[in-house]
Amino acid sequence: MIDFLNAIVALSNFVIVPAIAYGSQLALGALGVTLIYGILRFSNFAHGDTMASGAMFTIFVTWWMQSAGINLGPLPTALLALPFGILGCMALVLFTDRFVYRFYRAQKAKPVILVIVSMGVMFIMNGLVRFSIGPGEQRFSDGERFIINAREFKEFTGLREGLAIKTSQGITVITAVIVVALLFWFLNRTRTGKSMRAYSDNEDLALLSGINPERVVMYTWLLVAALATTAGVLYGLDKSFKPFTYFQLLLPIFASAIVGGLGSPIGAIAGGFVIAFSEITITYAWKKVLVYMMPEQLEPSGLVQLLSTDYKFAVSFVILLIVLLFKPTGLFSGKAV
Amino acid sequence: MTFPIKNVALFAIMAGLLFYTGITESWNTALGLFNMCLISAIMALGVNLQWGYAGLFNVGVMGFVALGGLAAVLVSHAPVTEAWSEGGLGVIVALLTGAATILLATLIMRRKPHSRTRTLALLAVLVGGFFLFRALFDPSVLAIEKVNPAATGFLGGLGLPILMSWPVGGLLAAAAAWLIGKTALGLRSDYLAIATLGIAEIVIAVLKNEDWLTRGVKNIAGLERPVPYEVDLQNSPAFVERANNFGLDAIEASTLFVKANYSLLFAAVLIILLVMFQLALNSPWGRMLRAIRDNEVAAEAMGKDVTARHLQVFILGSAICGLAGAMMTTLDGQLIPGTYQPLRFTFLVWVMVIVGGSGNNIGAILGGFLIWYLWIQVEPLGHWLMGVVTSGMAEGSALKEHLLESAAHMRLLTMGLVLLLVLRFSPRGLIPEK
Repeated sequence: MIDFLNAIVALSNFVIVPAIAYGSQLALGALGVTLIYGILRFSNFAHGDTMASGAMFTIFVTWWMQSAGINLGPLPTALLALPFGILGCMALVLFTDRFVYRFYRAQKAKPVILVIVSMGVMFIMNGLVRFSIGPGEQRFSDGERFIINAREFKEFTGLREGLAIKTSQGITVITAVIVVALLFWFLNRTRTGKSMRAYSDNEDLALLSGINPERVVMYTWLLVAALATTAGVLYGLDKSFKPFTYFQLLLPIFASAIVGGLGSPIGAIAGGFVIAFSEITITYAWKKVLVYMMPEQLEPSGLVQLLSTDYKFAVSFVILLIVLLFKPTGLFSGKAV
Repeated sequence: MTFPIKNVALFAIMAGLLFYTGITESWNTALGLFNMCLISAIMALGVNLQWGYAGLFNVGVMGFVALGGLAAVLVSHAPVTEAWSEGGLGVIVALLTGAATILLATLIMRRKPHSRTRTLALLAVLVGGFFLFRALFDPSVLAIEKVNPAATGFLGGLGLPILMSWPVGGLLAAAAAWLIGKTALGLRSDYLAIATLGIAEIVIAVLKNEDWLTRGVKNIAGLERPVPYEVDLQNSPAFVERANNFGLDAIEASTLFVKANYSLLFAAVLIILLVMFQLALNSPWGRMLRAIRDNEVAAEAMGKDVTARHLQVFILGSAICGLAGAMMTTLDGQLIPGTYQPLRFTFLVWVMVIVGGSGNNIGAILGGFLIWYLWIQVEPLGHWLMGVVTSGMAEGSALKEHLLESAAHMRLLTMGLVLLLVLRFSPRGLIPEK
């Protein structure tokens, strides 16, 4: 019985808790991608770098607050800085939309042209971020590090395995729930949200009903900026901030959005968790859990790690391929074929 | 083929830029730039075939280039006999087991009707095959990596002339492209983009982590060369004498001679490819490609097999990128997996194609030359610019130091700006399609 509890705790500590946190971050990122896809109808390659830009603005404000002695006690100061980061990111994406994307929208350019344009935006945003904050790793988390500490958990329960929940993981999940709830409330209950969904479902019909497309697009960018900044800051708090890793997040984020079904918000969330759980379960060394579950003579000799952690991209990629082969519209039937 | 004045002038300007570098910096730098320009032009040709002629969106150029680099190692490096005897057979058996597993699974998928038994059988084959593969693979890999890890620790290659790796690199890239094309072509264009983005990351991950194959991040240096070594030239009296006749000292002459040899090789490949492309693209096959690109539905109604042509072009274009990758590794004489960066190898090539003129091979070549030149020369320019900007600031101020330090990141900004400006104001590029 104790062995079983130990196994459960080890599993939660190394797989379930990190995967839930990572999944929430991916889901927030994928929501941004899926919104742009649904409304503006292209895959935004600059999304990773939008996340990095938003996180960068937040980090600057956080640093300023830290130097000014403003903090949230046990919570990271970055949470207080997040609204300012979102505002900065909103300004940035509205600026790019005004000076880059709007021209192509007016021309009714093909989606693939917009993808290439977003590639150019990606270059510029990437350059701006590296230029402003440098290509290195930045740490900006402060406050309490753990909600539940592994040592205290062991002392409290008397189990051999400890369970640690980082503050950043707790905050990630809570923030993600709040943000997603707000987003769905906005999309389903408000006038603007409804007009956005109408525009996404059928552009011509929406235009006929007197929906102002530029307004819809503007609100989309504002939502995307908020989602991207939140995702970027949460990821940065949980791991660390490094411009290049944000670029690399593009693949799992797109995989999440496509697995869930491009254009479907629910799908984006589901996809994020599918990708996160598969990435972590496949790259986790299961020995620690199996030791408790198996009789002693069957104890595994190796680490029982299916793939080394460096191949986590391969996992999201393979899932992506499987979904593309068997159900190209994704789990929740997005709009793309 | 005709040569409008404008195109000749553009190439003349490009040549002028290279000459200017030769005069103001050194001829060595200029030739080095020229060599990389040639390789970039070949990459741009490959991407242009896919995008310009068929409208396929490939953002996995880096992966194909890296596969070419892998080919250079696998073909030219001397085999490590001890490693082969320790675990060579084991690795091959394991890889064959893996391949057999996938084959078996595909057969079950294809042959049996959809049922729960089939799903269970599939799972059993895949999971069982995976563990069998790992059981065979892991001990052999450990054995190989234990063989003199400081110097080798990998299987080595075939010990063949490195020039043979160029077509092999193309073949490797083509195989990867086939895999991707089979799954993602025929779906939305964005999906192909994401799939290629993924395969590129995976290729790099394999290069970095499979030490038995590539030594991973320990890198492989000192690959064989298709051209003479500088030291040998400097020791050859005949060469020294000839260099003196030209009024050059032996050391400079030898480096120039080696670089010029590379230039000749690369230029030959570029010219052969260009001629082949021009012939192919002016043939009925080329017209069909453009017809498909311009209106897929109409072409399909005319009985053209759109997906098959797309697959063909996708494989061809990727093979060209693989070839260029093998050439680049040959030029460097080393394989450093850590240097493969998507911004540098995928997106920069895209900038070359768009700026040069998608749908026009001459344009793609010009783009390759120009953008590579800018990519290298923007950095000193950025330093100079920052020097001017910061000249008025107080010595030692934090902002000044930050700006001077960040000048290196100017090139990303510049490339993005160039791409956006060209797309906006001259979407057909410098030398547009006719």
